[in-house]
Order: sequence, then C-alpha cells, then structure tokens
Amino acid sequence: MTTSDAPTAICRAPRCAPPWRLPAIVLLIGVAAWWLMPEQLGLLTRIAFMALLVLSLDLVVGVAGLATLGHTALFGIGAYAAGIFALRVHPDPTLGLLMGTAAGAVLAAASGAFLLRYSGFTFLMLTIAVAQITASLAQKARDWTGGDDGLSGFTMAPLFGRFAFDMEGRTAALYALGVLVVGLYVARRVVDSPFGLAVRGIHENRARMAALGTPVIARLLAMYTLAGALAGAAGAVSAQTSAIVGLDSLSFAVSAEALVMLILGGAGRLHGALIGAVVFTLLHHTASSINPYHWLFVVGAALMLVVLVPPRKAWDRLRARFAFLGGKASASARETA
Amino acid sequence: MQLLANVLIDGLAYGMVLFIIAAGLSVTLGLMRFVNLSHGAFAMIGGYLAAMLTREAQWSFWLALPLAVVATGALGALLEALVLRHLYRRSELDQVLFTIGLTFFLIAATNALAGPQVQLIVLPPFLAQSVDLGFRTLPVQRLFVIGVGLLVAVVAAFAVTRTRFGVWLRAAVDHAETAATLGVPVRTVQCACFAIGAALAGLGGVLGAELMPLEPYYALKYLVLVLVVVAVGGMGSLLGSLVAGITLGIVETASKYLASEWGSLFFFLAMAVLLAWRPQGLLRRGAA
Repeated sequence: MTTSDAPTAICRAPRCAPPWRLPAIVLLIGVAAWWLMPEQLGLLTRIAFMALLVLSLDLVVGVAGLATLGHTALFGIGAYAAGIFALRVHPDPTLGLLMGTAAGAVLAAASGAFLLRYSGFTFLMLTIAVAQITASLAQKARDWTGGDDGLSGFTMAPLFGRFAFDMEGRTAALYALGVLVVGLYVARRVVDSPFGLAVRGIHENRARMAALGTPVIARLLAMYTLAGALAGAAGAVSAQTSAIVGLDSLSFAVSAEALVMLILGGAGRLHGALIGAVVFTLLHHTASSINPYHWLFVVGAALMLVVLVPPRKAWDRLRARFAFLGGKASASARETA
Repeated sequence: MQLLANVLIDGLAYGMVLFIIAAGLSVTLGLMRFVNLSHGAFAMIGGYLAAMLTREAQWSFWLALPLAVVATGALGALLEALVLRHLYRRSELDQVLFTIGLTFFLIAATNALAGPQVQLIVLPPFLAQSVDLGFRTLPVQRLFVIGVGLLVAVVAAFAVTRTRFGVWLRAAVDHAETAATLGVPVRTVQCACFAIGAALAGLGGVLGAELMPLEPYYALKYLVLVLVVVAVGGMGSLLGSLVAGITLGIVETASKYLASEWGSLFFFLAMAVLLAWRPQGLLRRGAA
C-alpha cells in the first residue's frame, strides 16, 4: 500500500464520472425540454424544484441512511423565508434564494442537533414531530405567514436585475433549472469527497466508523445541515416561481411524496432522485388532470408494484435481456449482478 | 374544576379510541416486526361498514358493530394470507412503501364507492341519550367508548399472558423456527394476530367516528396520531399503548379546550418530550 492509492480509492468507491457530468446532462435535457415544450414550462419548473427536494432527501436517506418523514419542514421554512423576505425586505430573487437556503440550513442544524441523538424508528417519529410542530407554528403566526390563507401578494424583481419573471414562466423555468444544476453539482462534489465517504461509512456501520475515530454525530449533523440548505433552496424556488406559499408546503404529504420519488428512482445514487422526481411528477400531472382521486389509484398501485417488482431488479433483467445490443451495457449488467 | 373534569373525560374517551386502534399496530409492529401503515385504512373500513349498515341498510347499531369488526378482521386475514406475509422478510422501507401504497389505493377506492363527504354512524337511542354525572351531562357514547377501551385492554393483556394463544404468539415472535419445530402453528398465529389487530382497528374506527370524522382521507390523517401513540408507548407493549393513548388523548383534548388556535402543537410537543425522555417508549419490553 502506497500513499498514491488513496485518491484512486476515493474516486473508485462511489463512481468515477467527473462531478460536472451529471449536472451537465441535466442542464442539456432541461434546456432542450424548455425549448421544445414552451406550453409545459410550469410543469418543468415544478419538476426542477421537486428534483432538488428529492436530491436533498437522498443525502439524508440514501447517503446518511437516516429514514426521515420530516423533510417538509425544511422545504416549507425555505419557502416561507423566501416569501416573507420578498414581501417585507427586498424582492430580489437571488437574495431570497439565499434567505431560503439559510433558513433551511438553520432549521436542519437546530433540529438535527436534537434529532440525531436518536436512531431508527424513534428518529423517524421525531422528524414527523418536528415537521408537525413547524406546521402548527406557521399556522399560528398568521401575521407573518398568512396562516390558512397562505402567503401571497409578493412579486419578484427581475433575476440579476435583467431577466423579468414573465407570465409564461420562461425565466422561472430556467431559474429553477439553474438552481437544480448548481445544487446537483454541490451534492455530487460533497458525496464524492472524503467527508461524503465518511457519511456513507456511518450509514453502513456506525459502530465501526466510531471506532475508527470518526465523530459520527458531527458528520451526520453536517450532512443534515447541507440537506436542509438544499431543501430550503427548493422551497425558496417553489415560493418565488409560484408567488404563493401555502400551509400545504409544510404538510406530511410533501415528505411522503418526496420519499416515494426517491425510492422509485433508487436511493443513494443522486441520479435516482432526479429520475424518481421526473417520473412521479409526470405521473401526478397526467393522472390528476384526469381526476384527482384517480391519481391516488395510480400512485397506490405504482407503490405496491415497485415493492413487488423492485426497479433495480427490473433494470438488471432488462439489461441482461438486451445485453447483445452493446458491450458497455452488458459489462455494467455483469458488474451489478 | 368543571373544565378539568371535562378535559379528563373527553381526553379519556379520545385516548381510549387511540389505544384501541393503536393496539393492533403495536402488536404487528413490535411483535411481528411488520411496519403496517395501512392500519389506519382498516379503521376507516370498519367505520365505513358500520355507517353503511346503520344508515343505508337500517341495521341496528348493535348488529352492525360486531359485523363491521368481524368483516374488517376477515379482510385483514385475507390480505395477510395473500400478500402481506411475503413482505415479513423484506426491508422496513419496502413494507412502508407497500402499505402506504395500499392506503392510497383504499382511499381512492373509498372515495369512488362512497364519495368524499363525511359519513355518520346512526347511534341507537341508548347511546345517543345523555347521562347526568352531577357536574355535567355527558353522551352515553363517551362512557361506552371508555368502557370498551378498558375491556379491550383487560382482554388483550389476559390473552397475551395467560392463554395458549398468547404463549404461541410470544414463542413465534421470539424464534419462529424453534416454535415451528415444537409444533406451534406459526403461520396461523401470525395470520390470526394480524386479523385481530385489523378487527381492533375496525372497532376503533366505529367507536371513534364522533371524535375522528369518517372521510376518505381518514386513513392518512389519523395514521400519524396512531403511530405516535405506538412509538411513545413502546412498540409491542399493550400497556404502554394504553398509557400513551390516554396521556396524549388528554393533552390533545386540553389543548383543544384551552388553546385551539395552536392546532396540534402541544400533541407533538408532548410526543417529542416523551420520546426524548424514553426513546424506546414508555414501557418497552426488554431492549431492542
């Protein structure tokens, strides 16, 4: 063993692709969608900020291995922070985004310092408690949040002082896409860093990492805070692009849906979060435009199907079936098998 | 004084409903290690069946109640035998996803069959009348709920500790393979256990219909409350669920009387404090 082995080991363990590749692909696909489907820009915006939320959830659930159902608190506080900032202080979107990100990070750090002392089912239930308490406080603080009526009446200044938010949502969609790409790049870099590896190690064996001298709680808290910042950014984008923040952005349903998207796409691999968000949001959009209750039929059936036929297994089977089409595909299939 | 008595009695009734629904979940979650998030849906089905039977079919409440409970239990047994038993060995996340999916599906089905409006259960005159307790008049229904809750607690405690079925259950939980070798019908015990849990949920759904209105989203709305009761009480501990149910029921009722504009803040605050104090639950049997 020589010291030159260390960097290759770090690079090989999670993946070898350069950190800018996935964000670049997302940017290309996003801009292509923006250009080709000008009548679906609202949907594209929604997909972008939901993908950022699921990405942040992936850092907690997939990378750090902490099952949470309270992610909606981080999303909602980011949304409210951005909305209140725009209404009371300054309508600039980038400053609002920073406020939302900071609010998410602060709440994550404060609640994480309490939550991370517990694990498993207790942690899960306490995250629900934090989310519900946040929602109750938001409902109570009518003067600031508008309570049940929601927070509205704020308008956004042009982005960077130049690009106004237009009615069709052209700027909004690009803005949401841009925030997603930056968030994705940050997440990729962090997950592939030695710090990210340490958190993965804690996920796999907490006791062993503690024995190796890793400060377990501190590492988890740092990751949770980062995830909070990303979730806050997602909330801020949702508030800024829709110009309204409702109490439903703090509801249990947001947490549950984000978790479903994550599992659908595959946890722990970042790109799974994006795929899950896209598939689920498209499914939601299509089914609920037919009938809001049919939508639950479709999602319920999809969830049960995902468990009975896990996507990863189905992918492997498909890959093995079509292995003759390309050497690269068959090689990766053999790798996973 | 008057207020305190009101809070205590209403809170006790509410806590009993929470306990009756949570008891089944506590057993499947703590003893069988199966995360069943469709438990709220069973309560909803029981309530809907009773509402349909009493209102549409004009049945007597006393006939509709046992039939709804038995039917919910049978549905639970059927689901367990056909699908859910294959999930016992899967990861918790898989169990969560499948049962949440099932809940969504049942919500959509309920809405398609019965519509989105709140369902009312027609109470018999005996339960609908009021009784004078000296300091206030109270619907007999509340007292009935408290009585049934106590009965469930006593019978369940007796069944688990004193009967052959209880011995089988604990043996099957501790080591299924050894229990099977010794002639314990493990599959039957698991299925029966699940069915009883579902039936109890159905009972809670019927009895609690006045406190927790029956509508399609019932299954999801009250699931969190029931999960909280199980977590605070300690998974697998029936007595813990009883204590947690009553404590949280009283906290929730008190906050509704005194500080309704704060929503369910105090309920979840109480839960966070209790869980922070005893992470394994109030009365957890042994260490996890």
